[in-house]
Amino acid sequence: MSIWKYANPVTFIRTTDRLLPWLSVAAVLCLATGLIWGFFFTPDDFRQGSTVKIIYLHVPSALMAINIWLMMLVASLVWIVRRHHVSALAARAAAPIGATMTVIALATGALWGQPMWGTWWVWDPRLTSFLILFLFYLGYIALWSAIEDDDTAADLTSILCLVGSVFAILSRYAVNFWNQGLHQGASVMRAGAITGSDTEEKVSNVFFYPMAVSALGFILLFVALVFLRTQTEIRTRRARALLAREQST
Amino acid sequence: MMPDLGKYADVVLASYVVSLGLIVVLVVASVLRSRKAKADLQKIEARLKDGA
Repeated sequence: MSIWKYANPVTFIRTTDRLLPWLSVAAVLCLATGLIWGFFFTPDDFRQGSTVKIIYLHVPSALMAINIWLMMLVASLVWIVRRHHVSALAARAAAPIGATMTVIALATGALWGQPMWGTWWVWDPRLTSFLILFLFYLGYIALWSAIEDDDTAADLTSILCLVGSVFAILSRYAVNFWNQGLHQGASVMRAGAITGSDTEEKVSNVFFYPMAVSALGFILLFVALVFLRTQTEIRTRRARALLAREQST
Repeated sequence: MMPDLGKYADVVLASYVVSLGLIVVLVVASVLRSRKAKADLQKIEARLKDGA
């Protein structure tokens, strides 16, 4: 049993068709549970008041914005090395989802920042690298649309994805590289913060658990959407190929 | 049932409206595009089958 059998478009569509209903239900359940739990059943933070409820959207969307680009990087590398069309199309399918997650992270960050920092936006390392990541998403989507030949488009967008990965990683570690700016450092995905061995900037469990459920919902939603959108890309590509064959005969 | 969001109610509610709105738009657009691609491909395959 090899993972590469899913590089066959027919196998991919057949397998994902079976998984999609389950993934969709699980995504809706996790998202609803995490967000309702967080919004209605958690207390206000002693310092940030009710704005802490934005964490259930801001952190999962920011995590997804970075990790979707890294998923696109893996898919692009698979395309470059093994020339599997499904992986290139999966990367293409993921880009609009990643762009949406980046917009959500930027918008909720601005809405959270205004009352806490007194400003909607500041050229802080993390915020700026996130904005650049968003521009990379737009460039990636535009490049796919601008090139007619699918293989050439996949080649060029894969290279763009490799370059953009620098900013995806920067947006995760910007606060560590440049110890300045308004945005706080990592307070969730830090070994000490999770195990409880350090207490600085640690997210309280009261907020952490609903946020983790919400993040799981975001992940499941992404997987369901990327399966659906990859199927769409496969079908659109096949339709174009059939039309081209029809016109040439 | 609605929690008291105090003076930050507008930014908290705006965060939820914007985020959930964007997610709904993304999901609806993905489903509609998927249905159209499936229908278009079936139409082309049926036409080629009839023509063959």
